[in-house]
Amino acid sequence: MTGTDDIRQDAGGRAEAEAARRRVRVNWLLSAPALVWLAFAASGPLLIMAVYSFLTPGDYVGVIWDFSTEAWFQVLFSRDIFDQTVSLADAHLTIFWRSLSLSMLTTLSTLVLGFPTAYFIATRPRDQRPLWLFLVTIPFWTNLLIRTFAIMELIRNEGLINSVLLKFGLIDQPIQMLFTDGATLVGMAYVYLPLMVLPLYASMERLDFKLVEAGYDLYATRFQVLRKVIFPLVKPGVIAGSILVFIPSLGAYVTPRLLGGGRNMMMGNFIELQFGAGRNWPLGAALSITLLFVVMAALIVYVRNVGKGGAGHG
Amino acid sequence: MADPLSTGVGGAGERRAKRFSVQTMPGFTIMAALCFIALYAPLFPMVFYSFNAGESIAVWQGFSWRWYESAWGNELVKDVTIRSLVVACFASAIATTLATLAALGTTRTEAFKGQTFIYVIINQPLMVPEIVTGVALLVFFAMIKVATGYTGLAYLIAAHTAFCIPFAYLPIRARLEGMDKTLEAAAADLYATPFQAFRRITLPLMAPGIVAGAMLAFVISLDDVVITELVKAAGQDTLPTYMLGQLRRAITPEINAISTALLAITVVLLTAIFFLTRKKE
Repeated sequence: MTGTDDIRQDAGGRAEAEAARRRVRVNWLLSAPALVWLAFAASGPLLIMAVYSFLTPGDYVGVIWDFSTEAWFQVLFSRDIFDQTVSLADAHLTIFWRSLSLSMLTTLSTLVLGFPTAYFIATRPRDQRPLWLFLVTIPFWTNLLIRTFAIMELIRNEGLINSVLLKFGLIDQPIQMLFTDGATLVGMAYVYLPLMVLPLYASMERLDFKLVEAGYDLYATRFQVLRKVIFPLVKPGVIAGSILVFIPSLGAYVTPRLLGGGRNMMMGNFIELQFGAGRNWPLGAALSITLLFVVMAALIVYVRNVGKGGAGHG
Repeated sequence: MADPLSTGVGGAGERRAKRFSVQTMPGFTIMAALCFIALYAPLFPMVFYSFNAGESIAVWQGFSWRWYESAWGNELVKDVTIRSLVVACFASAIATTLATLAALGTTRTEAFKGQTFIYVIINQPLMVPEIVTGVALLVFFAMIKVATGYTGLAYLIAAHTAFCIPFAYLPIRARLEGMDKTLEAAAADLYATPFQAFRRITLPLMAPGIVAGAMLAFVISLDDVVITELVKAAGQDTLPTYMLGQLRRAITPEINAISTALLAITVVLLTAIFFLTRKKE
């Protein structure tokens, strides 16, 4: 096989190389329309944003083309209007911390709920699994706005939970649940839960229960088997699910806006504010680029860990 | 059934007699049950109050279709729904075409320089947070609007097409990767021109992937809130951005009715797909 291949390659080497070059050129030509479109309406505008973050805000809207690093300074610091003293921008830090902590809590709570669910589905008889999976996919494909609205109706002051509690005399004043950080957390956990279950299931489906059995044969307890055998084996799924939940949580806009309200802003709402009522496009641009870097860092962690995990257990 | 313990001793004995199962994890089934309840329970009050005869979304005043009738007769709702469908049709059609070409150029080929670059660009909308893409497009389109004076629907379609491309690309690529080149080679042996081979062999074989990609792209476009909210000009609301606007005002059960109708459409479509793909197996 190899011998004849070599001979052929030697004989038609140049023609072969020319054909290969042509194939590569065709590949690029086929991909070009999609690439051009994405450069126009996705990647290109990001570069413009990077440029805008170094400009001066316009009086009413837009920017003035004067170079300035003020926007990047404003991401973390604020200057007193009167005596120009520099201090940390507490309001911004609060928003960053809320975004980060709520996203991590969302990831954690979806993991705690999603792990047993994915395990449950993966241990059903093979012909029942599609049905259970289907039950996870329906909410996944239902519009995020509708699901957020459903949570909103549930926890409003006049909502179902408060009405029931009032009726049974457990409380005499409705509990303010809407427009709190807790509401945002519950809402995000609810809307992103399917994003956790699906990749977890994908890796649990391939779980080899002979290894689990071996663990029990060696007198491991249920918890030890879970921690030392199952968890390491499905770690790629855990990481994939966590990333899939963490990234949209960090940039969430609709859920914090409807459930958290104007005072409990997250990164996404804060960025939008700069392009709306805030009228500070450069700051908004700098904040967007910051968010982008955090997301990229999370993705790099993901790629590294899944790579390492795969090699370790292979 | 033949188990003697199951007749006389009752529940406890039956459980003890059961074989030790390696798959059981204590509490996991309960957690899974809770999870399924949590996924569906919040939707019920929304559906329930869409049939309320009263103005309230909290006090039940009897059954009626009035809010469905009012949503159906609402010119604004009709208007935004049509706009949503127009944008989704254009965006999914263009995105699927571009994605099909790109998938043909990036699968079933020996690795070439720049392939990773193409993957990264195509999948970029999946990695960049929507809000960032949204404001970037807001800034970029504002520049074009100033330069050209055009403020039509094309901006929304361009933006939707871009973020639909990866959703259309992924199933098409998956389909192509599962196809080998023997049939095309056979067609070439039988003197088919490359175009004939593509038209008669490759295209029909990859059709299920294209259909899946187009459907995905269509749904993703219909569902989008964030990018649309930022890119749309005044009076260019789509159904989701219209609903978002309504949710900030006084809520009437009309919103429940619209949401329930959309939910019902989603469930019916997914159930149809579920049974169609099941039968094939």
